Amino acid sequence: MNIFKLSIKNIISKPLSSILSLALLIFGIGIISLLLQLNSLIKTQMDNNLKGIDMVVGAKGSPLQLILSAVYHIDSPTGNISFEDAKKIKNNRMVGSSIDLLYGDNYKGYRIVGTEEKFLELYNAKIKKGRKWNNPLEVVVGSKIHTKLNISIDDELISSHGLRETGEQHSDQLFKVVGLLEPSNSVIDQLIVTSPESIWDLHDDHDHDEEHEHDHDEEHEHDHDDKEITAMLIKFKSPMNIIQFPRQINENTNLQAAVPSYEISRLFKLFGFGIETLTYLAYLIIIVSGFSLFINLFNSMRERKYEMALIRTLGSSRRQLSMMIIFESLILTTVGFFIGLLVSRLGVMFVSSLMEESLNYNLNAFGILNEELWLLVLSIFIGLISSIIPALQVYNLNISETLADE
Amino acid sequence: MIQTKKLNFKYNDQAAFSFPDINLGKNENLLIIGSSGIGKTTLLHLLAGLLQSDSGSINLYGQDISKLTQYELDRFRGQNIGIVFQKPHFVNSLTVKENLQLAQYLGNKVSQGRIHDILSSLNILDKKNKNPKKLSQGEKQRACIAMAIVNSPKLILADEPTSSLDDENCDRVIKLLKKQASEFNAQLVVITHDNRLKKHFKKSIKL
Repeated sequence: MNIFKLSIKNIISKPLSSILSLALLIFGIGIISLLLQLNSLIKTQMDNNLKGIDMVVGAKGSPLQLILSAVYHIDSPTGNISFEDAKKIKNNRMVGSSIDLLYGDNYKGYRIVGTEEKFLELYNAKIKKGRKWNNPLEVVVGSKIHTKLNISIDDELISSHGLRETGEQHSDQLFKVVGLLEPSNSVIDQLIVTSPESIWDLHDDHDHDEEHEHDHDEEHEHDHDDKEITAMLIKFKSPMNIIQFPRQINENTNLQAAVPSYEISRLFKLFGFGIETLTYLAYLIIIVSGFSLFINLFNSMRERKYEMALIRTLGSSRRQLSMMIIFESLILTTVGFFIGLLVSRLGVMFVSSLMEESLNYNLNAFGILNEELWLLVLSIFIGLISSIIPALQVYNLNISETLADE
Repeated sequence: MIQTKKLNFKYNDQAAFSFPDINLGKNENLLIIGSSGIGKTTLLHLLAGLLQSDSGSINLYGQDISKLTQYELDRFRGQNIGIVFQKPHFVNSLTVKENLQLAQYLGNKVSQGRIHDILSSLNILDKKNKNPKKLSQGEKQRACIAMAIVNSPKLILADEPTSSLDDENCDRVIKLLKKQASEFNAQLVVITHDNRLKKHFKKSIKL
């Protein structure tokens, strides 16, 4: 038996009151840690998907919307641009590489993207089973989708028009699954990828049923006249171009160019304000939790006054007895910190399940962030501060008077 | 071995006490008897070093305890003095055994064997893992005595150990205290207003 063990026994003997005195601390730590986790997870997710994309070109509209739709696949596209216009940009000497993107259909809410094979390389996506698409209407399915919807090779998918499940169904034209992707931890996990021709064909047939008879060459010719794409992901030859080139496009053409890293930092600034307010609120809760802990310690000390006097008569020094109170407080706040962390992880799981439902995004990480170590330091500090007065009172306890009172 | 000289203690002008000198040789027990409000508990607290006297000296086993610092006094008390309180008190978050272990830790005299010996000598060995709150009154009192003697003190101070007991139990408790004191080589000083105890002590002082 020693003072530290005695502190632990004191806490365990009153589990309910111990937890109650920590409720606010757990709450405060939980909120801050949740915000930190979400912030870092969303940032990593966003950055992960930004790799290799310097600029996005699409139809005029909101640049943020263009980024969200073409890079993250969570917003509607701004519109379509003509293939010809896109080609002019592609041929500019500043452009290193480019990838066309075409939207038009979805399968059960998951977007079908018509694109080039380079798109797979961009996200480092590997074929797990099957092969890449060779012909129109052949698709490769992202890992999230094929595991969730139980899709296998040779399945035929009936797509719906537009980006929502409720769109008109293209039941006459079926997509054939030829490949399944490995998880890549990027947006491609929740996409169905196919050739641009698939989308063109599908909507062409739709719009011009009578042109069915055209042979392939003719149709190809026709492509160059009025084919459209939705957006184009561009990587520059030199990072220097990022300043000048987007402005040129925005000013001189009827296209819109947006720089993802810039738009995303703008987005973070926007909802950073909300996060900041919530964080301040949580810090306030932690300060209040310090008071609650103090009141709890103070009361329990008064209840146990006779016990304290007894411990002194058994030979404890004043310092040992004060240490007992300080230990109790520190153990409580440290435990509170870890429970708070646990709560925040449950919160992350909850938010992740919400995001997965509405945005087809998921977040998963259970490491401890550096900022959370600061929260541990803060918890210990709160424990120290709130135990100072009770510890001093115990230090100055008049044993004789306390024993005689009983 | 226990000597006090001209002990004075004053709470305020209405409550000022001066105590008769005590002279107690080795292996002698003492009964200090006096009615309520006469400063019995004050004297006990002075002897235990829980209070510092205003004047006079207390010499316990060659140590003038009025000259000790607070820290030294706490140490001295833990190692040499066991106190049996009027009402039994324990650290309620600990079991009987853990209470005794705490006393040993604080008195710096850790020994598992001794806890076992004392509890069996007091006939409460089977209660060692119980919370003291769950013991019967008699068991509590015995556990309280165990707390007082666990560190083999030279002096056992008992404050009104029998005041709330009937004759039969009074007899039993005082005999138990004396037996434990002689068994573990300690001197017993009982402070009480209970005249029934007179017959058990050769030496007594009236306040």
